[in-house]
Amino acid sequence: MSSVPNELFIPMKKENLNSEEIVRPRLSFWQEAWIRLRKNKLAMAGLFIILLMMIMAILGSVISPYSYSDQSLINGNQPPSGEHWFGTDELGRDVFSRIWFGARISLFIGVTAALIDFGIGVVYGGFSGYLGGRADNIMMRIVDILYGVPYLLVVILLMVVMGPGLLTIIVALSATGWLGMARIVRGQVLQLKNSEYVLAARIMGAKAGYIIRRHLLPNTLSIIIVQITFTVPTAIFAEAFLSFLGLGVQAPLASWGVMANDGLPTILSGHWWRLFFPAFFISITMLAFNVLGDGLQDAFDPKQRR
Amino acid sequence: MGKLLEVEDLHVTFQTHGGEVKAVRGVSLALSEGETLAIVGESGCGKSVTAKSIMRLVPEHIGKIKSGSIRLKGRELTTLTEQEMRKIRGKEISMIFQDAMTALNPTITIGEQIMEGIIRHQGISRREAREQAIEILTLVGIANPESRLKQYLHQFSGGMRQRIMIAIALVCKPAILIADEPTTALDVTIQAQIVDLFKQIQKKTGVSIIIITHDLGVVAKIADRVSVMYAGKVVESAPVREIFYNPQHPYTKGLLASMPRLDSDRNMPLTPIPGTPPDLFSPPAGCAFVARCDWALEVCRHHQPAASAFDDQHTVACWLQDPRAKTVKYTLRAATGL
Amino acid sequence: MLSFILRRFVAMIVTLWLIITVTFFLMHYVPGSPFDRDGQGMNETVQKNLMAHYNLDKPLLVQYGNYLKSLAEFDLGPSIKRPQDTVNSILARGFPVSFQLGIVSLIFAIVGGIALGVVAALRHNRLIDYAATVFAVIGIAVPNFVVATLLIKYFAVKWGLLPTATWGTWKHVILPAAALGAGPLAIITRMTRSNMLEVLNQDYIETARAKGLSPAAIVIKHALRNAILPVVTLLGAMVANVLTGSFVIEKIFAIPGMGKYFVDSINNRDYAVIMGTTVFYSALLIFMMFLVDIVYGIIDPRIKFHAKEG
Repeated sequence: MSSVPNELFIPMKKENLNSEEIVRPRLSFWQEAWIRLRKNKLAMAGLFIILLMMIMAILGSVISPYSYSDQSLINGNQPPSGEHWFGTDELGRDVFSRIWFGARISLFIGVTAALIDFGIGVVYGGFSGYLGGRADNIMMRIVDILYGVPYLLVVILLMVVMGPGLLTIIVALSATGWLGMARIVRGQVLQLKNSEYVLAARIMGAKAGYIIRRHLLPNTLSIIIVQITFTVPTAIFAEAFLSFLGLGVQAPLASWGVMANDGLPTILSGHWWRLFFPAFFISITMLAFNVLGDGLQDAFDPKQRR
Repeated sequence: MGKLLEVEDLHVTFQTHGGEVKAVRGVSLALSEGETLAIVGESGCGKSVTAKSIMRLVPEHIGKIKSGSIRLKGRELTTLTEQEMRKIRGKEISMIFQDAMTALNPTITIGEQIMEGIIRHQGISRREAREQAIEILTLVGIANPESRLKQYLHQFSGGMRQRIMIAIALVCKPAILIADEPTTALDVTIQAQIVDLFKQIQKKTGVSIIIITHDLGVVAKIADRVSVMYAGKVVESAPVREIFYNPQHPYTKGLLASMPRLDSDRNMPLTPIPGTPPDLFSPPAGCAFVARCDWALEVCRHHQPAASAFDDQHTVACWLQDPRAKTVKYTLRAATGL
Repeated sequence: MLSFILRRFVAMIVTLWLIITVTFFLMHYVPGSPFDRDGQGMNETVQKNLMAHYNLDKPLLVQYGNYLKSLAEFDLGPSIKRPQDTVNSILARGFPVSFQLGIVSLIFAIVGGIALGVVAALRHNRLIDYAATVFAVIGIAVPNFVVATLLIKYFAVKWGLLPTATWGTWKHVILPAAALGAGPLAIITRMTRSNMLEVLNQDYIETARAKGLSPAAIVIKHALRNAILPVVTLLGAMVANVLTGSFVIEKIFAIPGMGKYFVDSINNRDYAVIMGTTVFYSALLIFMMFLVDIVYGIIDPRIKFHAKEG
């Protein structure tokens, strides 16, 4: 102790000391989520693949010299080559062009179904949670009952009744898809309505807009975003399933599901590219959305904060 | 040395995204047989981390005991293997946690949760274990222990749950019981019951207790000795009477001034300590309390004060204990108007 | 507990009734009569006779009443395209096959999924965790018809280890059951893993450690049970998954199960069979969900508590 110089034993000047200084940089909820997401390489790869798919869905037809529906019977069942990158099908249609056209259809179905689910789910769930009491009880009973209905059966039923087609698929997928979203939103709204921090914010005179921005959005939006990321692949999957049963979009339109179904018998005949490419793109898209969804879930989880 | 447990210069750090947080920065504690030691301090001062380090329960992948020594009856714990440590946990040292609701398993009967420790450490039959479980439940004041054994956590009230936690901790008759904020989650009336229970148990079993709390009322009732922690360090350590009647460290004084007392003037307002503790992400070079201290000196900002003996029972880590500070003290008080 | 079961039971009946009603009316609003698309140029008198034979000339509400009545007697109706068959006889033929396939794939999915999920969680952020996670994500991402084709291509065609298709011996079960169970297995793996990770972070696990229990004891006694409990709730969805999946798998493997008949009836537009099978499937699924709810109520002691309070 004696090594400490004597002249330091004078009252400290407080002005050059900032005790409230917080060393750790302060980040908003979204900033921190983004940082965590960016560290997750798998999720970032998923995001990258999704963006790439979307760009190719738009530009694929520009890059390829062939149209998705041009037939050329002499060029039927050609293996992948410099001319036809992914080969051709039995009618001589270019698989590469068809894949990207299919990407358009499949992504369109997935994204539209997810957005419709989101719209109905948020309104229904939001109202149910906001109204509370009896109205909430009845509205949720309805959801419970609908939830018990096996959704693929409903979809098949609607497809049979309305006839196959793009619109039918979307209607059929949305008919039951919104239930999950409605439950989640309602649960969040209810929890928030009763939460002490929202009460505290209101007591301190926070306006509705502030509460929505500060509390409702970070808490609810994150869960909704995750839910949407999982809805898109589910819809794409359901479309592939329906196409496989012959209930998908009709020729000459091509979705990945239709192409996989068409290509199924050819795997034994050796024309592997007919099945491989659509199956690969369905899988990789599913994979991308799923890992992104997982990554988002982790990134939004405040418990992951360190 | 008749010390049951000695902690010396313990350093514990946590790995975070932002870097290393130095949660415990050179803590020394000592516990004698049959004694109750209270560790007091604000949230985040490193009390719980110290306790968990003694049990070696700091999560391995993020937390780490950097240096220092923990000795139980002279036996070094920091170098034990996980397997050896398991024989100590629950048998030599037990721990109870703040919230019994989350610290007990909701899907296993209470009896099973009490008995599994006994079976593990004593290797006796289930029937004998059941006998002991009933005995310990009676000791902690739970009526109808036989039928209670078959019940689940949610069938008990808050105070009862805490009693069950204590029963689980005591069932193997450990030498040391570490209680991490055992009363914080309870109603005031239940708090008093639990504190009384601790005293009774100590009288009956002679167990040494380390109680971690920020409630000075609890400290006054139960503790023999008190260690005051601030920002990962012990700033003052003394017998309980000394802490309450002759506090030396400005932080201890601040804590006491912020607590209502029967003997103080009713019209005197309570004095809170202004400011907040420093971020242990990058602890200050000097004394951590410097920014909130009314008596701070220039030296406090640049140099860490070492613990010095105020008397043989009482240690303080503060530059004001330095003989050279005695002269400045007066002018400072005048300057601040105290 | 009893009122809980009763409430669930009423909900089950209401759901079922709703499905039956919606199915019935949807089917009857399909444009044209069920005999239109035969393509065999049926004359009008024959059509009329047929309509009368199946009571399709009666007012819709009477038909609806008749349908409900026959359902109550477990008569799911006739097949219009195959007059010698009824939905009941088709089910009697197809269901045992589908049931066998379904059970094998469910067991495969549940046992495999839980084991893989637990191991992954215990080795969190180690190689086996990544492997299990990747495997689970692939299982979710790859459509079961692709899995089935790959299995056939390698195990049956290339290596000749197992039969390519059809039904008969136990060897015939392996490939379709694996293809059918892959998706559910992946979902169960994922859920078990994340539950397990969450449970291992709970305070009571720390308490168990503080008692000096060994890691094995902690996992088996404290973590596993609580992590698997929620997996039970997945069972209903898994059954649904396996059931609808069987449409595809039975088609690929040419298995004479219920799914194949259902798909055939869709392709033939045999509305009576579609309707009957849909009702049967729905009843089966809803009953499974009901069972799952009850089972969950029994094995999780906390549920009783909530039921008492509510």
